[in-house]
Amino acid sequence: MTDYPMRQIIDGDGALVDDRYKDQLTPELVVEMYKKMVFARLFDRKCVNLQRQGRIGTYVPFEGQEASQVGSALAMREDDWMFPTYRDHGATLTFGHSLKNILMYWNGRYEGAVPPEGKRIFPPAVPIASQLLHATGAAWAEKKKGTDRIAIVYFGDGATSEGDFHEGLNFASVFQIPVIFFNQNNGYAISVPTTRQMHSRTIAQKAVAYDMEGIRVDGNDVCAVYFAVKEAAEKARRGEGPTLIEAVTWRYGAHTTSDDPSKYRDQSENELRRKTADPVGRMEKFLKRYGYWDEHLKAYETEATAEIETAVKAMESEPAADISHLFDYVFAASPWPIEDQKADYHRLKGGVR
Amino acid sequence: MKTAVKTREITLIQAITEAMDTMLERDPSVLVLGEDVGVNGGVFRATDGLYEKYGEDRIIDTPLAESGIIGTSIGLAMNGFKPIAEIQFFGFIYPAFNQIVTHATRIRGRTLGRFTVPMVIRAPYGAGVRAPEIHSDSMEALFTHMPGIKVVVPSNPYDAKGLLIASIEDPDPVLFLEPMKLYRAGRKEVPEGYYKVPIGKAAIVKEGTDITILSYGAMMPIVLKAAEKAEKDGIRSEVIDLRTLFPLDRELIQSSVEKTGKVIIVHEGHRTNGLAAEITALINDTETAFLSLKAPIQRVTGFDVPVPMFSLEEAYLPSIEAVYDKIRFLAEY
Ligand SMILES: Cc1ncc(C[n+]2csc(CCOP(=O)(O)OP(=O)(O)O)c2C)c(N)n1
Ligand SMILES: [Mg+2]
Repeated sequence: MTDYPMRQIIDGDGALVDDRYKDQLTPELVVEMYKKMVFARLFDRKCVNLQRQGRIGTYVPFEGQEASQVGSALAMREDDWMFPTYRDHGATLTFGHSLKNILMYWNGRYEGAVPPEGKRIFPPAVPIASQLLHATGAAWAEKKKGTDRIAIVYFGDGATSEGDFHEGLNFASVFQIPVIFFNQNNGYAISVPTTRQMHSRTIAQKAVAYDMEGIRVDGNDVCAVYFAVKEAAEKARRGEGPTLIEAVTWRYGAHTTSDDPSKYRDQSENELRRKTADPVGRMEKFLKRYGYWDEHLKAYETEATAEIETAVKAMESEPAADISHLFDYVFAASPWPIEDQKADYHRLKGGVR
Repeated sequence: MKTAVKTREITLIQAITEAMDTMLERDPSVLVLGEDVGVNGGVFRATDGLYEKYGEDRIIDTPLAESGIIGTSIGLAMNGFKPIAEIQFFGFIYPAFNQIVTHATRIRGRTLGRFTVPMVIRAPYGAGVRAPEIHSDSMEALFTHMPGIKVVVPSNPYDAKGLLIASIEDPDPVLFLEPMKLYRAGRKEVPEGYYKVPIGKAAIVKEGTDITILSYGAMMPIVLKAAEKAEKDGIRSEVIDLRTLFPLDRELIQSSVEKTGKVIIVHEGHRTNGLAAEITALINDTETAFLSLKAPIQRVTGFDVPVPMFSLEEAYLPSIEAVYDKIRFLAEY
């Protein structure tokens, strides 16, 4: 019952190891997957650099987790809900978030949490595991309204220790809510390895307690992630309830730009993983092996870089943060204490006493 | 005969590490629990070296669950241990709120003293370090409001060490808030080894006769700079570091207010029902202090809005100018 073999469609050498998906792996789809992963990686590296140069604040990198984030986001329908964490901008940008706004988020700006008009993307969840319940609630609302929209919620291995994780799964299971619990098991919660976080052998097995389907996939295999999420999404749309997916992956970098991973793990493991299990490298091997590679894909990096640079420029040419964001959005209509304090603030700024 | 105690210049966070080290060495029932406190030495390095020295049975990397950390600490405390539970950032204490408000604070009373909870909850708090969302909260008033827990906030290395040792030895739960902005803000002389700074006692950090300024934690440097600026105008402020927020040092507040007759209270936590409101009421309730007032009590606080994302945090935080403005107002009153 606790045996959850890891699903894989493409192995580390780029070989197709599960024939059942052969026909669904259209050239358009596999090229799209590859491009989105390249884009996400370039974006992530750019952000790490911006942080080093002091052009944004503390940043949370996701390099190594591109397959999990891109594969899952591509499997969702445009009008679905997405509830990311602070590490999932690879998923949100794939799902159609504004690049400029993602950058603004890391620059400490409220605009950063605002998705493009019509996109159902929640602000990144910072208090660990709290978002599982919001996703469950939002998907519940869709069910009550009778639509076939669903929600996907992202969370890490560490998050499974919080009460909110269990409450989210239980609610979804009791009310058969169309939500996908998408776990990225990247091996660590800051410094604590998954083996110390839990005594369970897998995260997928935690679904058993809620009589829910649990799936374990190779989180560095974009195809395996994509089809696992797609199948869970179809099931949810049919009204057959929630799924817990554990995508087994790895972050190459630090937990955040203020973390020093050499304190708690052997960083040389990254090099081995880059060679044998890198999500982008694996897809490139696949494309080449099966004749999908096209020289224009090389040029894509330049194209993507230009798009990212444009977004950085746009972020940096924004005027300073608007003080009204501090005072005017706590309530629909500000009660007098806030109005008074705002007036005080402006009086002092104006040098008037 | 007094033996000379060796002192060294260390930072506030080093003083906190030393306090834990001192108590771990003296008392085998002391434990440290929290997220990333072991192998990693804490995200701010507050527990640096303790894991190597005391091992994984005493310096415990817990699962990522604040309710779990505090709830199990309560059980450990009731059964012979003295847990020091680290909450990684004060803004992440809320999952544990239930355990604190319904259990840690009530067990002594519910069992008429048969069971007690001698534990310390440490948490870095406050804004001004460009941290991500939710990492900068200053919700101390939630806990000073709550019966059954003491709340301590040091502002310098000497007090941090002595107060933390006193907190660990305290027979009841203590919330120990650490101003993360001051963790490495400067070094001060701190004695080696064991010493205590008493809980419940404030300190005069600058004597004066004209205005009493009451503050604590990360606001102390702001207040002192404003007071120095006003000194140039000939206004002599008396600056008091409260150090303990519950129970407040009524005597010192009273004597200073009786001397100056003018009061400013400064905190970065939100205004409504914040510490300033309680202190104002305390002065009102202390008749001699109240009757010596020459002007309405002033407060400079964080606004009644969530602590914002960092691009706006300087606008949120009490500034030197805002404190200075109140000093001038009272001086001219
Ligand atoms: C309630 C809460 N407690 C603590 C933290 C501090 N914190 C931020 S990320 C993190 C580790 C999360 O690990 P995991 O769930 O595995 O996600 P990952 O960061 O690896 O993506 C911790 C402890 C937090 N953000 N929220
Ligand atoms: Mg993790």
